[in-house]
Amino acid sequence: MAVPAATTVPARHSALVRVTHWITTLSFLALLVTGVEIVISHPRFYWGEAGNILTPPLFKIPIPASRSSVPTGYGYVLPDQNGWSRYLHFQAAWVAVLTGLLYVVSSLLNGHFRKNLMPSGSDLSWRGFSTVIANHLRLKPASEADARSYNVVQRLTYLCVIFVLFPLVIWTGLAMSPAFASAFPAAVSVLGGQQSARTIHFFVSVFLFLFLLVHVLMICVSGFRRRMRAMITGNDGTEEERA
Amino acid sequence: MNKLSRRKLITGGLAATAGVSSLAVATNLAERYGLIPPDHGGLYGAGETLTYAAQRILTRHSMAREFPRSEISKVPFANGEAPKDDAFRRLQAGGFADWRLAVDGMVAKPASFSLAELKSYPARSQITHLACEEGWSYIAEWTGVPLSHVLNKVGVLPQAKYVVYFSIDRDWWDSIDMADALHPQTLMAYGMNGGELPLGNGGPLRMRVPRQLGYKNVKYIARLTVTDDLKRFGKGLGSAPPEGGYAWYAGI
Repeated sequence: MAVPAATTVPARHSALVRVTHWITTLSFLALLVTGVEIVISHPRFYWGEAGNILTPPLFKIPIPASRSSVPTGYGYVLPDQNGWSRYLHFQAAWVAVLTGLLYVVSSLLNGHFRKNLMPSGSDLSWRGFSTVIANHLRLKPASEADARSYNVVQRLTYLCVIFVLFPLVIWTGLAMSPAFASAFPAAVSVLGGQQSARTIHFFVSVFLFLFLLVHVLMICVSGFRRRMRAMITGNDGTEEERA
Repeated sequence: MNKLSRRKLITGGLAATAGVSSLAVATNLAERYGLIPPDHGGLYGAGETLTYAAQRILTRHSMAREFPRSEISKVPFANGEAPKDDAFRRLQAGGFADWRLAVDGMVAKPASFSLAELKSYPARSQITHLACEEGWSYIAEWTGVPLSHVLNKVGVLPQAKYVVYFSIDRDWWDSIDMADALHPQTLMAYGMNGGELPLGNGGPLRMRVPRQLGYKNVKYIARLTVTDDLKRFGKGLGSAPPEGGYAWYAGI
């Protein structure tokens, strides 16, 4: 059986990366929508252990609330969506955490982090960064090699999302749980209290949302169809062009 | 057709069989150790069961955090108002001298307690956090008789699994498993911050389950029923909140 030359080109993304990517996408979107719904029931944030409408907030989000007890300045109350939002938030969190564990453990074992995400020593220089940033500012299309690999800024961003933002959003989420706090009290006090955990959870979620926006923007800029195809089929179509 | 080799078929088949049978074993074990919540059916049942099972395993004996006096909220937020019906007003006018807590169900000696009787039992005071599912919270000192003491008075039968509790306001009822019911910090609270429990915070008698969110801490408690089966109450989902779309277990 003749093997076509093209199949020797490895897939742009492994099956594991593709499957975990899309499961994470779905659960993250569910977490985002339900998280916004839950915030709407109390769009005020505090620092420390406790906080309520009789406590001065750290800051408020100027939106109407889904509870009449919250003073928002708006003359109306939005419908309560917390029931299904909380059910779905925690179910999606389980899916995201289990998928994330599968991804992290297998990527440590199969060298995905080492090969594809750890920046090389030479790239971690001022010159390495400035080249990437200058190319972006000039809106220069990615080179053939870059299209099949990640540059230093991408690598550091992905590592930060995987090893800083996701662990932090999980930790601060759990720290809001009174039962979790009873089993691991230090995990709450280190953050400054349960209201601090809630405030940090909000900001980390904002950073994750900003990452999502830039990520999708870059995919549109660098060729939406080709990138989507690479993340769905594993194959971005470059080998057929070559063949 | 070499790609779908016999080896792949056999490994795949074995993996699928192992998956299905371990799921069956896990369900069985979870059932036996009481790790399946009453609202496990429906779209969000899987997540709900994982959360309840994981937290029950981690927190069976853990203690809710207690705080120093300096952390007590200056103005504890009273969410909602006391019932406005005549029966409640009459009790209130009499200083709640006629308030009764009835205890029935799977107990050796069903009984009914007055507030004076409850206050004569060994009291426990604890400074704990009360957090609402909406996101706000306050810290107060709660005083009451441990629910376990009341349950010991009536003698809970060994097959009991849950304690169902009812507010005098009929729309509010809830339930907890025996791990929470017998937990030393679960109180029938009648005092707050050194005084009587204010009406807005659930006075004269409130269930305090500090390892769960605010809505499990039902106010104006008038009756407890010990049971081994939550299907017999309401729509069979364990409490009033799931009937309105909220989770039965509120440890998160």
